[in-house]
Amino acid sequence: MEKLGLSPPSLFNFKADNTMQKMKLVVVGNGMAGMRTVEELLKIAPDFYDITVFGDEPYPNYNRIMLSPVLANEQTIDDIILNTRAWYQDNNIKLYTSARINKIDRKNRIVYAENGFSAEYDRLLLATGSKPFMLPIPGINLEGVLGYRDIKDTNDMINAAKTHKHAVVIGAGLLGLEAANGLKIQGMDVTVVHKNAWLLDRQLDQTAGQMLQKNLEAKGLNFLLQKNTEQLIANSQGRVQAVRFKDGVEIPADLVVMAVGIRPNFSLAESAGIYCNKGIVVNDTMQTYDPRVYAVGECVSHRGISYGLVAPLFEMAKVCATHLANFGIGQYKGSVTSTKLKVTGIDLFSAGDFTGRDDSEEIVLHDAVGGVYKKLVIKDDKIIGSVLYGDTTDGSWYFQMLRDGKAIHEIRDHLMFGQDSLGNTGHQGQDKAAAMSNEMEVCGCNGVCKGTIIKAIQDKGLFTIDDVKKQTKAGSSCGSCVGLVEQILASTLGGGYAPPSTSKAVCGCTEKNHEEVRAEIRNNKYLNIPDAMRGMEWRTPNGCATCRPALNYYLLSTWPHEAVDDPQSRFINERVHANIQKDGTYSVIPRMYGGVTSPNQLRKIADVADKYAVPMVKVTGGQRIDLLGVKKEDLVDMWKDLDMPSGYAYAKGIRTVKTCVGSEFCRFGTQDSTQMGIDIEKAFDHMWAPHKVKFAVSGCPRNCAESGIKDVGIIGVDSGWEIYVGGNGGIKTEVAQFLCKVKSHDEVLEYSGAFIQIYREEARYLDRTVHWIARVGLDYVKQRVVEDAEGRKAAYERLLYALQGAVNPWAERVENRDKHKEFETITV
Amino acid sequence: MGGWVKIAAIDDIPRLGARVLRREEAEIGIFRLEDDRIFAINNACPHKGGPLSQGIVYGDKVACPLHSWKISLVDGKAEEPDMGETACFNTKVEDGYVYLEL
Repeated sequence: MEKLGLSPPSLFNFKADNTMQKMKLVVVGNGMAGMRTVEELLKIAPDFYDITVFGDEPYPNYNRIMLSPVLANEQTIDDIILNTRAWYQDNNIKLYTSARINKIDRKNRIVYAENGFSAEYDRLLLATGSKPFMLPIPGINLEGVLGYRDIKDTNDMINAAKTHKHAVVIGAGLLGLEAANGLKIQGMDVTVVHKNAWLLDRQLDQTAGQMLQKNLEAKGLNFLLQKNTEQLIANSQGRVQAVRFKDGVEIPADLVVMAVGIRPNFSLAESAGIYCNKGIVVNDTMQTYDPRVYAVGECVSHRGISYGLVAPLFEMAKVCATHLANFGIGQYKGSVTSTKLKVTGIDLFSAGDFTGRDDSEEIVLHDAVGGVYKKLVIKDDKIIGSVLYGDTTDGSWYFQMLRDGKAIHEIRDHLMFGQDSLGNTGHQGQDKAAAMSNEMEVCGCNGVCKGTIIKAIQDKGLFTIDDVKKQTKAGSSCGSCVGLVEQILASTLGGGYAPPSTSKAVCGCTEKNHEEVRAEIRNNKYLNIPDAMRGMEWRTPNGCATCRPALNYYLLSTWPHEAVDDPQSRFINERVHANIQKDGTYSVIPRMYGGVTSPNQLRKIADVADKYAVPMVKVTGGQRIDLLGVKKEDLVDMWKDLDMPSGYAYAKGIRTVKTCVGSEFCRFGTQDSTQMGIDIEKAFDHMWAPHKVKFAVSGCPRNCAESGIKDVGIIGVDSGWEIYVGGNGGIKTEVAQFLCKVKSHDEVLEYSGAFIQIYREEARYLDRTVHWIARVGLDYVKQRVVEDAEGRKAAYERLLYALQGAVNPWAERVENRDKHKEFETITV
Repeated sequence: MGGWVKIAAIDDIPRLGARVLRREEAEIGIFRLEDDRIFAINNACPHKGGPLSQGIVYGDKVACPLHSWKISLVDGKAEEPDMGETACFNTKVEDGYVYLEL
C-alpha cells in the first residue's frame, strides 16, 4: 500500500500545479555553457520550465575543448558528444539545431530563428559563445582560410590535410599550437606565425616559451616569431596560396588557420538593445540589464572580464541555474584560471600573474638540459602566479594555494620541491600520472587503472574530481590516489580543469561550507538537527549520509550537555558501539587503559570468547584485544559478561593511548610512560572528535610506542615531556610535528587536552589532526596552545566540561535493554 | 504469497532508522522514514551484500554501511552510477502496527 512509487516531499518541490502553465525558458546557444546551466537547473528544479534550446550548429551539445584531440586523431566526434539527442528528449527539452537566432523581440518576449522558427519566453538565457577573431587584412575571405572554433572547422582542417601540403597557423596561443600539432599529425607541413617574441606569451614567460618552442620544433613544427601578417594571397581558383608579411617575406600556404584570439559573440544581444560592452554585461547573478534575460559563458562580460576557458563557464552555470530556479542564493565573483596545453607529450602549466611585478618575489628552478622549469611568483607571503614546464606534477597544488590565498612561509623552503604527497600506499609509490601506463592501477582500493579513468573522462564528459569519483570509484574510498586522479583529469582536460576550492560546501544538501555551518550553530544556538536544517535552509528534508553525521558532531561539540545526540545520524559503528565487518557481524574491543591488562581481564575475555564462539581473537595495532565476528544480537549479552568499558575502537573520537613499558621496568626509560598513558586515556575517555584520535606515550627518545605517527605523541625525556602533534600512520605516513616541551604530568594533560579541544572545536568533520594543522598552520596551533596560557587553560576546561558525567555506553545498553530495541531481531 | 503478516508496532522502529526481520535464512530490513512511511527491502546491498538496515536513512534512501552505495527504499534500485537492485516487499500500517506482505 505504501509502495506506489511516490517520491518524497521535498523542500523545494517546484512542480507546478497541473492546472498551471509552466514558465517558458528559451536558451540561445547549444554549447557547453548553455547546456551546463540547463543541467544544473534540471538538478534543482526539474519541472519548473518548459525548455527550448536553439543551436546554430547541426550537432547536439559537444565538448568543444576536446576538438584538439579529434584533430590529433586521438578521439572521434562521437566520443566528444556530451548530451545526445535522446538526452534532450528524456528531459522534455525542445531542441532546434542548425537554427541561428537573429532577432529577439523583448517587448513581446519572442525569439526568431533565421530558418523561420520562433519561440516565446518568460526567461531567456543567452549563451552565444565566442567567435574567432579574424585579422583585418586582405584575403581573409579566401577559400582555405578559417578560424578554429567548431566541428566544422575541425573537419575542414582534416579534409584540407588530405589534399594540401602547406599549413600556416597565425597565432601561437593555446588554440593555435593545438591546431598546429593536429595538422602536423594529419600530415601537413606546418608553420606557426606569431607576432610576439615567444610562444604562449599570455601563459608563459620567455624561458618557458622558448623551451616549449624547442620541444615543438623537435616534433616537426616550424615557427616564425615577431612577424606581422600583411596579406593572404590567392591563386587563380580563389584559394589561398601564400601568406605575406609586412617585411616582404612570403611563405606558401594552402590552409591558413587564424588563431589570434576570440571575441565574445554579443551581436544578437546588442541588436536587441541589451547593454553590451565587449561582451554581454551581466551582474554577479548572471543577469543582464533586462531582468528576464540571463547570459552565461564566453559571450558575457562580467566585471569587465570575458573568459575563454571552460572552468569559469561552469561556475557561472551553477550560479545562473539557482537564479533561474527562483532560488537566488548563488553569486559569481569571477574566476582565477589556469591553463594546460593539450599536446600529447608536452607538460606545461600556468596560472595567475606569472610575470610578477616590482613588489613580488620569485622562486625559480631551471634545468635546461633536463627540460624542467618551474617558477613561482610570490607576493605578501602568498603565491600569485606560477609557470611550470616539463614537470607539472604540483600544478594543481600551487593553483589551490593561489586560489585559497594560503600563507606559505612555513613551507617556503621546500615549496619548489612539491607536495610529495602522492607517493603513498596503494599505487606502487607512483606520484606522476604521466609516467604511468594505461594498465597501471591508480586506485588500489577499487582496482581502477589509469586507462579506465581517462576513458570515463572522455566518454562521459567528466570535469571534476567528484565526477570521476562517482563514475569510476577511483579515489572514493581511502582517498590516497586523489592527487593522481587529479593529474590525470588535468592532463586529459587541459584548460578545462579547475581544482576544487578547499572551502567547499558540506554536501549537495547545502551551499554552506563547514566553517559557515559551525558558525551558524554557535551563533543561533541550534540544539538539534531539524532546527539546524530549517534555520540554515537545507535543500533536502533530512539531509544525507554525508551531512547528518557532520551536523550531529558539530551540534554536540558546540553545545555539550545541551544539544540532542541523534543516533540515526551516526554511522552504524557509533550507533551500536561496535565495528561492522564485511559480513555484517561486529567486532568488540574492550578498553584496556594504556594497553595494560590483568590475568583476571584476560580470563574474562577468554571465557566470553568461548561462550559466544567468537571466530577470531586478535591483538590490535593499538595494543588492545579484538573479538571479531560477533552477531549483533549477541553484543549486549557479551558486554554484560565482559563487564569492561567500551574501547571506542569504532569511534570518531578517542581511540587508544599506546604506551611503552617506561621507567617502571625498562632500563632505558626516563619517565613512567605507562602511567601517563593510563591517565590520559582515563581523562579523555568517551571523547567524540571530528575523526579518530590516537595518542601514544613513550618513556624515552627510543620511542617504542611510535609517538611520531600519532595525533598526539608524547615522548618522555629526562627533564620532562615532549609533545608532538599531527602524526598519522595511515594512508599517507605523516610524521608528527614538535609542539612544545613541558615539565610535569599535569602539563602534559593540559597542553594535549587543549590541543585536542581546539581541534574538536575548529576542524572540519572527518579531518584528522594532520589535515586540520595543514590548513591552519602549526604556528597557529602553537599560538593557541603554547603561547596563549589563558586560552589554553580555558580550552582544557571546556574539554573537561564536555566530558563530565560521560557514561560507558556498553553498561548503559546492558542496563537499559528495553530502550535499545535495535539490537533485537524481529522474527515471524 | 502468505498474505499480510503483523510484524511490529510502528513505534518499535526508529524514525529514519530500521529493524531487521529474520525469516528462516533471509533477512528483511524494515525502514521508517521521517514522515512515518514504512518500506521493506531485502537486507542485502546489491554491491557486496552489506546489511542495508544498518545504514543511515535519509529522504527515501539508505546509504549502505559497508561502501556507501545509496539504495532507494521505494524500488530497491542503487543510485547511479552504481547499478543493481535488491528485492522490495509491500507494507502497510494499521492501528499503529506494521504489516508485511509475504
